[in-house]
Amino acid sequence: MGFGPFLFLATLEGLVQASVLVLTAVGLSLVFGVMRVVNVAHGEFFMLGAVIAWFVATNMPGDPAIGFIAALIISPLAVGAVAYVADRLILTRLNYNPEATIVATIGLLYVIQQSVLMTYGADARPVDPPFYYTIRLPWFGYSSYKLFVIAAACVLLGVIWFVLKRTKWGLLMRATQFDRETALAFGIPVRKVYSFVFAIGAGLAAIGAVLIVPIQQAHYLMGLDPLLLSFTVVIIGGLGSIQGTIFAAILIGLSDGILSVFFSPTLAKIVSTLFVAMVLVFKPNGLFAKAKR
Amino acid sequence: MTDKTGNKTFNLTRRTALKGLAAGTSLILSPAVLRHGLAHAGETIKLGAPIHRTGIGAAYGRWYERVANAAVKIINDGGGINGMPIELIIEDDGTDPKRGTEVVEKFATEYKVDAIFGQLFSHVVAAAAPRAGELKVPYLMCSETHQLAAGGFSRYAFQPGITDVKSQIASMAPWVSKNLGKKVTMIYPDYAFGYGHRDFFSAAMKEQGGEVSTLIPVPPTETSFSRYFPQIDPSSDVIYHVMVGPGVLTFVKELGEFFGSSHPAIFGFVDSIEAVDLATPQLSFLEDSYFWEAAPRYAQADQTEFDKFYREAVGVDANGASTSDPKDISTYSHMFSVWETLFAIKSAMEAADYKGVEQKEAFIEALENLGTMEASNEHPQGKKVMDPKTHQAFGVQNISQVKSSKMEVVYTTTIEEGMYEPEVDYSKMSL
Amino acid sequence: MGAGMMKSLILHLAVLVLLFLLQFVISDYAILTLTRMMVLGIFASGFNILFGYTGLLSLGHAMFFGAGVYAAGLPIYHFGWSVPLAFVFAIFMSFVAAVIIGVIALRTVRDSFMILTLMLAQAGYLAILYFNRETGGSEGLTMPQASRSFDFLGLTIDLTDAATRYNIAVLLLAITIVVSFILIQGRYGRLFNAIRENEARTEMLGYNVLTAKLFSFTVSGTIAGMAGAAYAILFGYIGATFAGIQYSIEALLFTLLGGAGTLLGPLLGSILMTTLIDRLSEVTSAYFLFLGLILIALTLWFPKGLLGTIKEKWLPWLT
Repeated sequence: MGFGPFLFLATLEGLVQASVLVLTAVGLSLVFGVMRVVNVAHGEFFMLGAVIAWFVATNMPGDPAIGFIAALIISPLAVGAVAYVADRLILTRLNYNPEATIVATIGLLYVIQQSVLMTYGADARPVDPPFYYTIRLPWFGYSSYKLFVIAAACVLLGVIWFVLKRTKWGLLMRATQFDRETALAFGIPVRKVYSFVFAIGAGLAAIGAVLIVPIQQAHYLMGLDPLLLSFTVVIIGGLGSIQGTIFAAILIGLSDGILSVFFSPTLAKIVSTLFVAMVLVFKPNGLFAKAKR
Repeated sequence: MTDKTGNKTFNLTRRTALKGLAAGTSLILSPAVLRHGLAHAGETIKLGAPIHRTGIGAAYGRWYERVANAAVKIINDGGGINGMPIELIIEDDGTDPKRGTEVVEKFATEYKVDAIFGQLFSHVVAAAAPRAGELKVPYLMCSETHQLAAGGFSRYAFQPGITDVKSQIASMAPWVSKNLGKKVTMIYPDYAFGYGHRDFFSAAMKEQGGEVSTLIPVPPTETSFSRYFPQIDPSSDVIYHVMVGPGVLTFVKELGEFFGSSHPAIFGFVDSIEAVDLATPQLSFLEDSYFWEAAPRYAQADQTEFDKFYREAVGVDANGASTSDPKDISTYSHMFSVWETLFAIKSAMEAADYKGVEQKEAFIEALENLGTMEASNEHPQGKKVMDPKTHQAFGVQNISQVKSSKMEVVYTTTIEEGMYEPEVDYSKMSL
Repeated sequence: MGAGMMKSLILHLAVLVLLFLLQFVISDYAILTLTRMMVLGIFASGFNILFGYTGLLSLGHAMFFGAGVYAAGLPIYHFGWSVPLAFVFAIFMSFVAAVIIGVIALRTVRDSFMILTLMLAQAGYLAILYFNRETGGSEGLTMPQASRSFDFLGLTIDLTDAATRYNIAVLLLAITIVVSFILIQGRYGRLFNAIRENEARTEMLGYNVLTAKLFSFTVSGTIAGMAGAAYAILFGYIGATFAGIQYSIEALLFTLLGGAGTLLGPLLGSILMTTLIDRLSEVTSAYFLFLGLILIALTLWFPKGLLGTIKEKWLPWLT
């Protein structure tokens, strides 16, 4: 295969990775940005989203597309509900103490992982994509579903953007993020905002997971990578900046993809990790930092 | 107590704190010995099985545990070993080198077992086996790792139930180069056993006058593979794959999307799809491709009565799935090692007239002198030959082709095809 | 020396003496497992210097533990170095690694620091995989028989002996605790504390904050590296897993559970976590479920970790 098509393939792959990453990371960005807590269980919400998608899709009769759409609705709601309960039962009682939250969310991670292992099992299980169609290019074939993932991520980001900038809930969230004390003084129900942000963040991770399961299977240990990558994306992009998060996700996805053209896989990962790390060395507050923290 | 967000915080009192501490302490201090040491020494044969219940090996561990229980039940129903029943103690090793070593230490010193068996993943074995040797407890791996026969461990380590990966791979190369082609691209995990495949297959192909022209090691956490496929040498005759873990369906599907209908021959190690249903639509690309199998997952037309007996005992149907859940696929080419290891322990203990730990040395010598183990209910995968020097057993291997989403054996190697010169002589080492 | 400091010193020395004496009463298995807990406790103690006392959260400390593991294990495996030499070399290499990584990572603060250390550690982990022909990659390497016993100052030290390993671990732990105690009580300790409480103010008061942070980072990384070297030598196995993210998280978890900013907290966390896993897994295969619930419950009772909360409520003099 010539260099051009290779690069094209790598770019496509990078964009697919970026699309899923950006949804997971925007969820984390809300939680981390608004609540200022490190939620170690965020990756498990992603995993839970994928596993629930599998349950829904396998138990839904008829065309795989129906199962997929059902999963896209049910899974984020269910995961959001789990996160909401976890917030009310645990995090509020810890008063969002940053250190205690880390330990508690590690505990939550264990609980979710073990529960999934006991009910769903240790196998990786696939979900049928809503449609099978391989686009045959002169040099290689490519799954049309992957292109759909990119499109779906763009649409969802538009919705998130609208909610944050144009609705009352978005305003409340942004206000709470900007200055919690003042928000409280203005009568914003900060506690409620926190619980909802935690649920929405988890739900967004679940949506990312539902989109990815037809490509990558649901497995009980799949949560770690999205967790680490999401944190990276959020910080590289600049905390509290949605544009930054999107930009950083694309940067990481593409650098991962394109560097794999030039190096052997593991070396490509090393170079790409160091490359992205250097962004922080030279822009310590991230690419789109709004204010010095 | 209220905080700035206006909610109640959890109030810590000295009493609740002490209560929690007391509960925790009593849990920690209750030693396992109290629960497991009830049977007096000499009344049972205690076998410790560190099993991959959690972690990346959990899909294998689930079946290893079932097979171990089934074999122990048969042995105990038949009167145990030398009149003593087996007491099987299973604990999770998390597929982790540190935890795996801790569990081995626990079996050796707290439960004081007669032998330890059952660890699989080679990084866990690499950490745990030497410690077992230092604690002077017989350690029988069910792993395929070549580290044992390479001389990395001690006289206490054995692998009587399954052929090591060097032998498996070496015996594949002649068939691959004769039937599929001489130029090979290898895609393998940059992870534990991937290195064995890289080194041994490259060497074995060279011996056959072939070559491995491209190596594509994939990082262990990779979940998407398309972007590595352009590195496949387009002039290769064969793509050799051995993947592990959750990524394999993606790997096969993307390989299919990438190549379409015209592609090199495909040969893989069944490790790629252990515990995975071949009838999954994502795997349709594998139709007509070839796999190494130690034990044929799908009952063959010429199925032996031994395989039939074993399948029934461990609860596996003719398609290699659990008899209680057709979606629960076994790790058929690995888990027989647990069965055969337990029967090898039995036969060695009987040969040594083993009654307790004081006869450990006789037991170890008997393991070394197991010699030829004929195909039988005890050795359903086929005949094995134990090498007293390397402590490694050698058996036959199969090459199967995927036909209508099932695997049909097309060639069975002889034991001699997988033999190599011993690299170590454990039997001369002190105990 | 104030009365509180005296009390604290006596307490820590008493704990060390107690650990030494324990070997004469506890079971064989407890000796084996307590040895490993102490080595990991040292690792977490190193982490605690940076996190608990200086307020810098690194998510990449496994890279120093891993550096120690490999800098000790590789020369023994490939070049047949003597064990003491490899151990000293590994400490030195961890020190060098800590200085270099520190200079790079300390350009950032808080969240960025956390992520940068995470990424650098991830790159280190992948490098071990990439150079698998030398490092053994994730399969790891088993240390040769010859390295399991050695002569040192006229003594023959047999590393296969449980009591020998236990006493080496106690000795290394004692060195760690004593060095940390002196550091924390001294001028730098107060400076670390000031940085943790308010970095900007400390800088305004004319202190060289960056130098102090680098100092803390270096001590922290070197101790973590020493723990890694001890692990490789005592247990005879090196592998990529020790440089993986789970070990970075483990150091954080041990520290938070035992109490960040207390000298004995990390050790207590290590003992508690390992014992819980060990005992719970005997009783149930779903032990991670219970472990998770216990962690959550503990944070409700002890939001600052066991010793951290005890210090806050009852023993303010604890260091």
